[in-house]
Amino acid sequence: MRLENTGIAGTLESSDVMVTVSPNPSSGIDIQIDSAVSAQYGDEMRETVQAVMREFDITDAVVQLQDKGALDCVIRARCETAACRALGVGFNWKGEK
Amino acid sequence: MVNAVGREMPEKIGSYTVRPFEGTGKAKKVLEPVVSKRRPKLGPEDHNKLCKDLKEAIQKTGLKDGMTISFHHCFREGDMVIAQVLTAIRELGIKHLRFAPSAVVNIKNPSVVSFVEDGTIDRIEASGIRGELGDAVIDGLMEEPVILRPHGARPRAIETGDLQIDVAFIGASSSDEYGNCTGQVGPNACGSLGYAFVDASCAEQVVIVTDNLVEYPCCPTSISQQYVDYVVVVDQIGDPVKIGAGAARMTKNPRDLMIASKAADAIAASRLFKEGFSFQTGAGAISIACTNYLAERMEERGIHASFALGGMTANIIEMFKKGLVRVLECSQSFDAVAARAIAEYPNILEIDNSVYSNPYTKGSMLDKLNFGVLGALEVDTDFNLNILTGMSGEMMGGLGGGPDVADGADISIVTIPVIRGRTPSIVPKVFTCCTPGESVAMVVTEAGIALNPKHKYYEMLKEDFEAAGIKTVSIQYLCDLAISYTGTPKPIETTDKVVAVVEYRDGTVIDVIRQIKR
Repeated sequence: MRLENTGIAGTLESSDVMVTVSPNPSSGIDIQIDSAVSAQYGDEMRETVQAVMREFDITDAVVQLQDKGALDCVIRARCETAACRALGVGFNWKGEK
Repeated sequence: MVNAVGREMPEKIGSYTVRPFEGTGKAKKVLEPVVSKRRPKLGPEDHNKLCKDLKEAIQKTGLKDGMTISFHHCFREGDMVIAQVLTAIRELGIKHLRFAPSAVVNIKNPSVVSFVEDGTIDRIEASGIRGELGDAVIDGLMEEPVILRPHGARPRAIETGDLQIDVAFIGASSSDEYGNCTGQVGPNACGSLGYAFVDASCAEQVVIVTDNLVEYPCCPTSISQQYVDYVVVVDQIGDPVKIGAGAARMTKNPRDLMIASKAADAIAASRLFKEGFSFQTGAGAISIACTNYLAERMEERGIHASFALGGMTANIIEMFKKGLVRVLECSQSFDAVAARAIAEYPNILEIDNSVYSNPYTKGSMLDKLNFGVLGALEVDTDFNLNILTGMSGEMMGGLGGGPDVADGADISIVTIPVIRGRTPSIVPKVFTCCTPGESVAMVVTEAGIALNPKHKYYEMLKEDFEAAGIKTVSIQYLCDLAISYTGTPKPIETTDKVVAVVEYRDGTVIDVIRQIKR
């Protein structure tokens, strides 16, 4: 799906992450991570972002993570919300297991 | 070679010869007399110790290239003595000094790094390094490893001759012109000068640096004129706001409060919690909260403590005023309330850090301590503690008195959340081992209390907890729980270069810190 807007979710509070998803026309998924634990968890964070982008069928986006030590479930939730906002769609709660 | 906590280390690091840690209580007896560089001296002939500035005092001491200088860290982040003295030394062109403060506080403008870079300092021995200096050291700034010692080990090292001080620079918030001085009164009072006593008695020369010259004789006096060679008056020795302006506030973090409350419950459940017991809590957020909960339990049960030990905070002063504690033995004052209290109450005492924590004396006060509450960055499944290095291997803290309290107190209680952000605190193996697990009685977390089956009081604690209905969990359970939240972190990669040596309280090496691979 094509992004029209920039979507932001999350805060800069400790244990949270601020995720910004913005258009990146025909240039693939560009993930930028700013985190004190990127050396330990950078790869896992990228995998989570890629997985969420696949779920939303987003192939081109700049995804910025300003991480303050968020757990993986938090990163995933913030990514999903940012993606929804960037796409201008609501979250599909029925899809939640 | 590998030491008793399984840490691998070289036999020699630069000019430092490693004596590996062999276990608590395995330290060798020292048979030689105490080493002091202090010499008999016929006072100053003109009865004048006052120097016009730091440079004159430094020149009079005859400080030369390669010598050892020392400082105390009683002014904490507000210290303005170290920077002024080092700047004067730099301007005099003296190089290659060994810098041996009781701890390196994070001073800026100029930072200690700049004095290493220009060769004024080329060796550092302290209790902790952090901030800019810590980052630079971990990246391989120094040729010689930094030697880190807990509070009890520094006076030991000085008195055994491992660390011989040529010139001690002692900041004091009030001094007279003959060197009687104190940290208890004056515009920049820091309270106890606990760390400075051993320097005063063992250094070859002692320079008092003050910003408040008082009429002779200074009263109260902490450090006596008989140890002092020179006195210098400077404009300012510290920033009172950073020394600790007010009382540290009680945390509102519900998780920290829960851990603090559980720790107080654990203390109250022990049979050692009885009239005349003793405790040390410390200055962390959880520690301060724990002190308050402990006061509540004492009031409920009508129990009074004989003494509280170590670094003092306003809420312990509060307990003292309520009559809950008979004597406060202050080796350090963590805030302005605690700093001023020593001069106000006869039962609040300033004590030498050595009598607090040094195992190599005829008796340290830790020998008499029932409960010690500690913080840590990491605990592993062998109960070893890391109190120095953070998630990415960076220097985060100082050893302080942690290893001393764990070993000295009957019951040492580590208060720690299972995770901090995405960083697990309970891990399979700590990155840097500072305190051996055998000296840790229990770990208190929000997810439960784990007793150490290898601690000397395990059976007693287990019985007391069962009687009080306190449930425990295994340390492995806490470790698995932490990793289940955070995922398994990638290990920190290091080079072979050892940048810091971590000494235990007996002077053996409990671990080394290697340069981080970037």
